[in-house]
Formats: sequence, structure tokens, C-alpha cells
Amino acid sequence: MKYHFKLLLSAGILAASMGIQTVQAAKTSITIALQLEPPHLDPTSAAAGAIDSVLYSNVFEGLTRFASDGAVIPGLAKSWEISGDGKEYIFHLNSSVTFHDGSTMDASDVKFSLDRARAEDSTNAQKALFSGIENVEVLSSDKVKVTLASPNGSFLFNMAWGDAVIVAPETIGEIKTNPIGTGAFKFSNWVQGDKIELLRNDQYWGTPAHLTSATFKFISDPSAAFSAMMAQDIDAFAGFPAPENLVQFEADNRFQVLVGNTEGETILSTNNKMPPLDNVKVRKAIAHAIDRQAIIDGAMFGYGTPIGTHFAPHHPDYVDLKANSNYDPELSKKLLSEAGFSEGFTTTLKLPPPSYARRGGEIIASQLRAVGIETEISNLEWAQWLEEVFRGKDYGLTIVSHTEPMDIGIYARPEYYFQYDSSEFQAVIDALNVESNTQKRSNLLKKAQRIISEDYVNGYLFELAFPTVANAKITGLWENAPTQSTDLTDVKWTD
Amino acid sequence: MINYFFRRLFTFVLSLALASIVIFSLVEIAPGDPASFMLGINAQADTIAALRAELGLDQPKLSRYLAWISGMLTGDFGISYTYRTNVTEMVGDRLWVSLPLAIYALFLSTVIAIPTGVYAAAKRGKTGDFTVISATQIGIAIPNFWFAIILVGIFAIKLQWFSAGGFSGWQNGMLNGITSLTLPALALALPQAAILSRIMRSALIETLGEDYIRTARAKGLSSWQTIWGHALRNALIPVLTIIGLQFSFLLAGAIIIEQVFYLPGLGRLVFQAITQRDLIVVESVVMLLVFAVILVNFIVDIAYMLVDPRLRQDSI
Repeated sequence: MKYHFKLLLSAGILAASMGIQTVQAAKTSITIALQLEPPHLDPTSAAAGAIDSVLYSNVFEGLTRFASDGAVIPGLAKSWEISGDGKEYIFHLNSSVTFHDGSTMDASDVKFSLDRARAEDSTNAQKALFSGIENVEVLSSDKVKVTLASPNGSFLFNMAWGDAVIVAPETIGEIKTNPIGTGAFKFSNWVQGDKIELLRNDQYWGTPAHLTSATFKFISDPSAAFSAMMAQDIDAFAGFPAPENLVQFEADNRFQVLVGNTEGETILSTNNKMPPLDNVKVRKAIAHAIDRQAIIDGAMFGYGTPIGTHFAPHHPDYVDLKANSNYDPELSKKLLSEAGFSEGFTTTLKLPPPSYARRGGEIIASQLRAVGIETEISNLEWAQWLEEVFRGKDYGLTIVSHTEPMDIGIYARPEYYFQYDSSEFQAVIDALNVESNTQKRSNLLKKAQRIISEDYVNGYLFELAFPTVANAKITGLWENAPTQSTDLTDVKWTD
Repeated sequence: MINYFFRRLFTFVLSLALASIVIFSLVEIAPGDPASFMLGINAQADTIAALRAELGLDQPKLSRYLAWISGMLTGDFGISYTYRTNVTEMVGDRLWVSLPLAIYALFLSTVIAIPTGVYAAAKRGKTGDFTVISATQIGIAIPNFWFAIILVGIFAIKLQWFSAGGFSGWQNGMLNGITSLTLPALALALPQAAILSRIMRSALIETLGEDYIRTARAKGLSSWQTIWGHALRNALIPVLTIIGLQFSFLLAGAIIIEQVFYLPGLGRLVFQAITQRDLIVVESVVMLLVFAVILVNFIVDIAYMLVDPRLRQDSI
């Protein structure tokens, strides 16, 4: 037996050393890990961010797209004209764009994609992005006109989402397992539970990618993520799940650590209809009882930017409103007794699976206990959370990161799970939706941030950070995550 | 004899039928809707309704149950809600990882446990015995995922002999596949080996107290000759029973190990399917595992009949 084991070991060494050699010889491929595997490969019919993490910009493209800094730039549409009333958009498409199966991408594909997303039986998870579209008309093979029911200042932004990518009617039937797009990489192979492989699209209409192939691996366990990176089984990990280990990678010159920002506002969501949380004084007391930095340090090992409202701090229109809810437990106790709760009260704190919620929840519970508020913590799976908290609204407090970009509009929906109903705020969002003047939009956005901060709708904690660990010789990875994407079009190895 | 066989067969079928009802009801009762999960928090109500209809979730529970059962009888497990591919194929692919892993782990566990158990029994009360007992105590106390992390730390990160996880697939050669499964199999095997080794030891010690052993020694055989020639064979019976039990545990119980080594096996599939509320996959895989366990029991029952003449009489 000893002999067999030795044989096995030496075989292992041999295999491992061969593996290392191939990696060193060919520097045009990359193995990149993500925490979650996509359920299927159709970005236009699921909310799973993992689909976009693999396919956005790599395989699928939309009329417009997000740049790495979050700006909306031309995609398949090279330019556009907007009518004076803001209702008509004429998009000029790039010519000679082909899908990966060789067929041409033209205005009829655009019409198909937009009509499909807004159809009655559509299963688009972001159907609201398309709800303002009244008609899509093909003007010529490279020109398409979109007519909106009313002007919409964020229409071009909406078209940049992964849910708005252009797909072809001929290949839509099998998109979930064999996605055919227009991007710089084409889908090659998916071993479910293990990896997805992409190959360079040599017929790409734009600047070709440097890499000839890319493999996405899916590693959900944080300690496995650490091991795989340390053993250099993978070249990069986008959205590294173990912030406690980042210091170790920073200290190791084989690796580089990028900590970028995301569009994820992590908040202590509050049920504004559930007593005593329906009392603004109570919500204000909660806000002042929370020490954001302690949560960022304790739950996220220091990674995260404190926020005072529901808005991304790197956005030019962000207003710093943290002072409205600075850490002041004495003030908090005073507010509670003014509200008639000098003895405190008990409420529920329901936590979804991510570590920001589970670890953050324990810290918040102890901070609230210090001012007399007791919380009954329960840990929920996502599916349970969606049913109980999000749809059932059966909760007092919960912690969630709202990762959709520019989603302050959710506060204008009284049926949304915060159950915040402010006609003043709704009027601001209504005005914003039809405003296309940049300065006026900026003012409205700032006003909206102030209203929710001063109404203490939720406890505003921090903007989620986006950590990437990569081999030190890789360049071109996105540092920030303006949308869920692992854009590989500009990634390459340096020597 | 025929009577006994049919009674066992009846129990076998009844257990499967009851298991299918329990599994289906449990999965249905669990809160969370697959369509809502897939579409996330911005989905509109009509979109969720459209997806539910597409997945067939708007059908009544009873007809979904019957469709599931009748499909399974013909080997068709249905279409996964999230992956949108055939469940039978998915399970088949995953079995090619989980089954070899379980066999490999069982093999390692046995080849570690039997010699150490025999050694400890032979050295009963001496330092060798004490060492084995202490080692197995640690082996039982420490969970397998912790062993896994330690093994990865030493053999993947420090020595770089193995990769830290993943499965390169059988298409790249048998050796490649075995290499990828070595650390996970070892992590799974060590705690099992500790249990098995203790059972081997106590079974052998018990056998060594039998009269026929004394006879064998009296006839002039050495201590080791007695163990190899007479005691071991008889002491192996309880050990084999435990090995049988361990196999079903290793097949179904590798969920955490498959996470730690990110192996695309059955355990990981069930784990993902539960979080995503891919009900049909959960139901089918759990049913398959139940089937495997019940089948093993059924075969054991039949084997008893062949071994034990008393069971062959129809009066029983």
C-alpha cells in the first residue's frame, strides 16, 4: 500500500508541475473565479448577478453600456439623437456587427430584444426599465427609433443594464445554455457546478480582446477561495469573499489587491409601518445608536465607505448626510424617551445570508441593546427572506445591500418593503423621471437624498466595497463594479 | 422463502412511496418560491406570474407530484427550474464525481483502519494501542472539513503537490481525476477511518477472547498467526457492516467537503439547488439517495436470507 501511495503522490507532483508549466508558457489565457455560479446564461430573464458577472460586455452587449467608472457610453449604438420633447430616440448602430453564429446584428434584432423584454409574457427581472417604451420602429438596417410614452431622463442609462442586451430571435431558444451575443468573447463550454469557458471572438466588430480564452471558476466557500488563490490554481478572484484575508494577499508580492466601489448601499432596512418603527423619533433614535465605523471594521474588516443616505458616495451628485445620523447613544436614549420608550422596546432583526448582514447584524444588535432596544435575531436564507421580509413585509429590521445602480426611486414606492409613503419624495421622483436637464436632475437627486435621510427611513450604513485579488502580472481588470460585470476585454498579462 | 422475498419487496416499494411523499411535502412546505428567487427584488408581479406559468408552478400540487413520480418511474427526473437542463443528465454528470470520491474515500478509510485496528488489538494495553486510541479519538473529534483545510494548507499551498480544489475531469486521464480527488477523499476518509479502526480493534479483542482462539494458541500458533489465521476473519463481520453504512454516508455526506474543494458533485448540486429553491432538483437528488440507501438495505435483507437458513422457511 505504501508503494501505491507513493506512486500516487509522485503522480500528483508530476501533474501539478506540468500544470504550472503550461500556465507559464501561454500567457494569453486567464482563470478567474467568482463566488456564485450563474443559474443559466440568459441575462434578460433572471435577477442573478452572476449571469452578468460572466457575460456582460464579454459575450453580450447593449445599445449603450457602462464604462468601468460607471459612465454610460455608446455600445452597439455608436450615436443617437433625442427629439426636442425627449420622447423619441433614434439610435445609429455600428455597422458590420455580427453575432457569434455569423449572422448580422441589425435594427430588427434591436426591435426584437426590446419588444421581447417588455412583452406581456416577458420574464425580464427588470421589466420596469422598458415600461416607458411605447413603440420600437426599424428605420433602416442600422437605424432604429424608440418612442417613449413620456420623457425619461434615465433611458440611456436603462439601456446599459445587462437586462437590456441585444439578442437574436434565431438563437433565443437556447440562450440559457448556449448564449450567442455580439461581444469580444464567445461562449465555448459550461461544465455545470465547475466552470464556464469563453474564447476570443476573432470577428469582433470593435477592439479585439488581448486574451485568447478565459475560464470562469465558481468557488463559494471563503476558505476555499483563499486556498485556491494562494495555491495559484486561479489567476484572479473578482468579488473576493473573505475580506479578513486581503491583508495577507497585499503583503505577498505574487498578488495584487484591488478594492473598488460598488453600487451597493448596505442599509438597516426598517419597516416604516410597523409600530414603534412608524414613529420618526424612534427611527432617528436607531440611526444615532449605530456606530457605522464599528460595523465596517467588525463585519467588513475595514472595507466599505460610510454613507448617510441611499446614494453611492462616488457619484457626483452624492450629498454627505452622515451628520444627520452621527453616533450618539445619549441623544438616541433621549429621543427614545421623548417618543415614550424610555424603557426601550423589542423588535425583530431578520438577516439574509451574506456576511455583511450576519456579522453586521450581531454588531447592530449590541449597539441597539446599549440604548435599550432589544432585537430578536433570526437568520434567513435568500428565498425565505424574499418571501417573509421582502414580499410578506413581516419584519421590523433587516440588513441588505441594495446593489442596483441609481435605485433611490424605490423610496417612491409605498408598497416597497420599507413601506415608506411620502408624497413630497414621490413628487421629487416624478419630476426627476421626466427631467433631462443635467443641472436640474442633479438638484432633484440631492433633494431626494436629503428627504430620506431626514425622515430616517432606514439606517444608512455603508457602501459595499468590491475586492479583487489577482496575480500581480495581470492588468486591465475593472477595479470598480458599476454593474455586476467581470469585463475582460482589456485584460492582459504583463511580463 | 418466496413469501419472505415478497414481504421484503413490498416493504422496499412502500418505503420508497412514503419517502417520495415526505420529500415532496417537505420541499413544498419550505418557504420560498423559485420564480421569486430567480427574478429578484425588482421583478414585477406579472413577470413572476409569467415565470411561474413557464415553470409549471401554477399547476396544483397533486398533479405536480404525480407528474414527478410518473416521470421518475420512466427515468425522467424533469427539467431543472434554474439551470433549465435535464435533471437526469445533471445528476449523471455529478455522480461521476461523487461516486468515485465515495469509493476512493471508502478505500482509503479501509486501508488505514484495518491495519491500525488490528495492530491496536494485538498490542492491547501497550503503548502502540494507546497511540492508536489517542489518534482515533482525535480523528473522531475533529470534523472532516477542518482536516480538509489543514490538508490544503500543507499539500496545496505549502508544498504545491496538489491543487487546492476543483476537478479536472476524467476526460483528461484517469490519473488527473484521481489526483484531483486525493485530498478530498483523504479528508473524508480520516474521520471514517478513526471510527472503523476502533470497531476493528474492539471486534478483534472480543474475538481473541473466544474459546477457539485459545485452542489455536494451545495448538502452538504464534500470536500473529492466530490473528491472521483465525481471529481476523471472524472479527471482520461487524467491520463490513459498518463499511456498508459508511458508503451511503460518504455518498450523501460529502456536501461540505465538496464545498471546501469546490468539486462539482452531487452534494454541491443539492446545496445550490436548496438555496435557489430548485425544488425539482432537490426532490430528485434526495429521492435518488434515499433509493440507494433503501436498495442497499433490501440487498442486505436478501443476503441474510441466503446466509441464514431459518429465513428460508415460509412459516416465518
